[in-house]
Amino acid sequence: MEAIFIILTGALVAMTCALLGSFLLLRKMAMLGDAISHAVLPGIVLAFMISGSRDNFIMLIGASLAGLLVTLLIELLHKKIHLQEDASIGISFTWLFAIGVILISAYTEQVDLDQDCVLYGEIAYVPFDLIYFSGGELFFPRATIISGLLFLLTLGFVLVAYKGLKITSFNSDYAKSLGISTLAWHLVFMSMVSITTVLSFEIVGAILIVALLVVPPATAYLLTKRLKQMLVLALIFAALSAIGGYYLAVLLDASIAGAMVSLAGFFFLLALIFSRIRSRSLKVDAHLKG
Amino acid sequence: MNDVWAFFSFSDPTVRIVSLGTVFLAMSASVVGTFAFLRKRALVGDAIAHAILPGIAIAFMLSGTKNPIVLMMGALISGWLATWAMEYITEKTKLSNDTAVALVLSVFFGIGIMLLTHIQHSGSGNQSGLDQYLFGKAAGMTEQDLWTYSVVALLLLIVVISLYKELKVYSFNPDFAAVSGLPVKAIRRILNLVTVLAIAIGIQSVGVVLMAALLITPAAAARAWTSSLKIMLFLAALIGGISGLSGSLISYLSPAMPTGPWIVMTLSIITLLSLFFAPQRGALSRLLKQRRHSQKILNENLLKVFYKLSVERKLEEAGLNVGELQAERAINKSDFAAAIKRLKRKNWLLAEGEKLKLSSIGLVEAKRVVRLHRLWEMYLSQRLNLKEDHIHPNAESMEHIISPELEALLLKELDFPTQDPHNSPIPYSN
Repeated sequence: MEAIFIILTGALVAMTCALLGSFLLLRKMAMLGDAISHAVLPGIVLAFMISGSRDNFIMLIGASLAGLLVTLLIELLHKKIHLQEDASIGISFTWLFAIGVILISAYTEQVDLDQDCVLYGEIAYVPFDLIYFSGGELFFPRATIISGLLFLLTLGFVLVAYKGLKITSFNSDYAKSLGISTLAWHLVFMSMVSITTVLSFEIVGAILIVALLVVPPATAYLLTKRLKQMLVLALIFAALSAIGGYYLAVLLDASIAGAMVSLAGFFFLLALIFSRIRSRSLKVDAHLKG
Repeated sequence: MNDVWAFFSFSDPTVRIVSLGTVFLAMSASVVGTFAFLRKRALVGDAIAHAILPGIAIAFMLSGTKNPIVLMMGALISGWLATWAMEYITEKTKLSNDTAVALVLSVFFGIGIMLLTHIQHSGSGNQSGLDQYLFGKAAGMTEQDLWTYSVVALLLLIVVISLYKELKVYSFNPDFAAVSGLPVKAIRRILNLVTVLAIAIGIQSVGVVLMAALLITPAAAARAWTSSLKIMLFLAALIGGISGLSGSLISYLSPAMPTGPWIVMTLSIITLLSLFFAPQRGALSRLLKQRRHSQKILNENLLKVFYKLSVERKLEEAGLNVGELQAERAINKSDFAAAIKRLKRKNWLLAEGEKLKLSSIGLVEAKRVVRLHRLWEMYLSQRLNLKEDHIHPNAESMEHIISPELEALLLKELDFPTQDPHNSPIPYSN
């Protein structure tokens, strides 16, 4: 039973990330996801210090504000101060992360937050925090419920906003010329990424969220040219990584989240080899015909 | 205060080792990072730092020791592999460079975390201390570590000095370097190698996550102060060194404080200050320059209006009031008032009761602007054969930027014309 809950939670988080990550990849903003996932740290610590509780909602607010702050800081450095984009991202998130670590070190007594937990999450503890329904007969882990709702929200968002997301991701200039507000889409999309990052933070940790955002979509991207197929494939790879990752972790007695990402990386390697062989054989075909 | 003196007297051997080691690490990373910054590969350093983790874990699993040289070999191999993987994915697939960086970063790190937790859970007792690579732990530096770092720092310095020219050309323009017959592949490999090397030793003090800052942030600060690569390298190393020292100082004064994050904190503050306040390239001075420029344009436009109304419509004797001027040209009211104030301060405008008049030096200046406008119109219509209804807007902007040298050339080219294409006279000062 515990295994099922862990796998289910992991798969739900991974699938949510796969959906959003596909568009993140098409918008060429993969490293921005990395930046946000690091920069939420000071927000979480501050929210925790002020409220004194591990209440999800308050942490969510703190983290969202920090996520917003890093996006603005990057924009400021890049657009107003004319610093190149990669350096703007690198400087902003390392600074905020350093502030977060300093805050944790300064207030260790008040802050019951673990640096390790921040980095690689506590998915193994998912089954111990339960919520009971209908008089205690039915129960689910809190994290499973949260990630389930998050997945449904994201799925609904992608289904409803599919056309807009597609056009603004593939060709924002064209979208602009049609009178679509690309800025509004950007903001809505980035808020979804921030919320997902923050809610998944406790479960898989900061850096592994980046992996879930980037790796399954990149794997799918190598295998198809159609967006719908890419989304479906990314969902499948995400789910497979979660299921296989759990058993790999049990086998090695290692971090579940780490094993999930390792497996996702393995799938990417297979897709890479497959796509290289395919493109080489296409070249040979063209050569023979030509 | 006594503690600060105790720190800077360096009488405590631990202080000596830790602060010297941290300074060496930060300086090496800053120099290497400058090239990464110029190649717009700032985030590659972040990926390499993360990718070093599995190498360290595997080296430990195979050797069973925590010997820094053995672990560093593992780090070098996996860092090198990650660099190669990023380049391969970017070149051979349709994935973009930033996706490749994020992908390699997270997959290698995931494998590293998996192996590290595996080692921890298998509990051979000897494994504690491996996780210092995650967050860095400068305080644990030994004399042997310090020797290793000094050798590596010296090596980096020798590489950079002996290959300075090649590295410079390659970083600024790799295509040009290739065309000039430089061995670009070899240069890239050497640059990759020193980057991995600097990162492998650097994560000891700041850890995996913050390593990127040690590479990029000093370079970004240095860039704000200079356009010369030599000065930039020197400044980056200096800023890196100062931050390294202040990080160790803070952690010495307050032992609960981690060294790495404080190094990054110092670096970030120096960099933000530089980006805002550096002369010439800083945001503030650029803003001031822009403001001065737009003020100059407004001044000159106002003089032009004065000239047209007072000389050409013969209203000179009576003087003009503000309302008449404003009716002539649509300028926002407060900008208008500020411009009039500036012109009065320069003594280009004289106030006579409610009315305003051009002074004699103001008249010379006004004539200059109108002359430039009309000369440029002449040039556009006579030499470039533009139609008469097309030339005015361009002259409106050119009149503010034509230099005296250019004016002399224009006058000579057009042979001192007396009328512009619209048959208005071109005013000369004498």
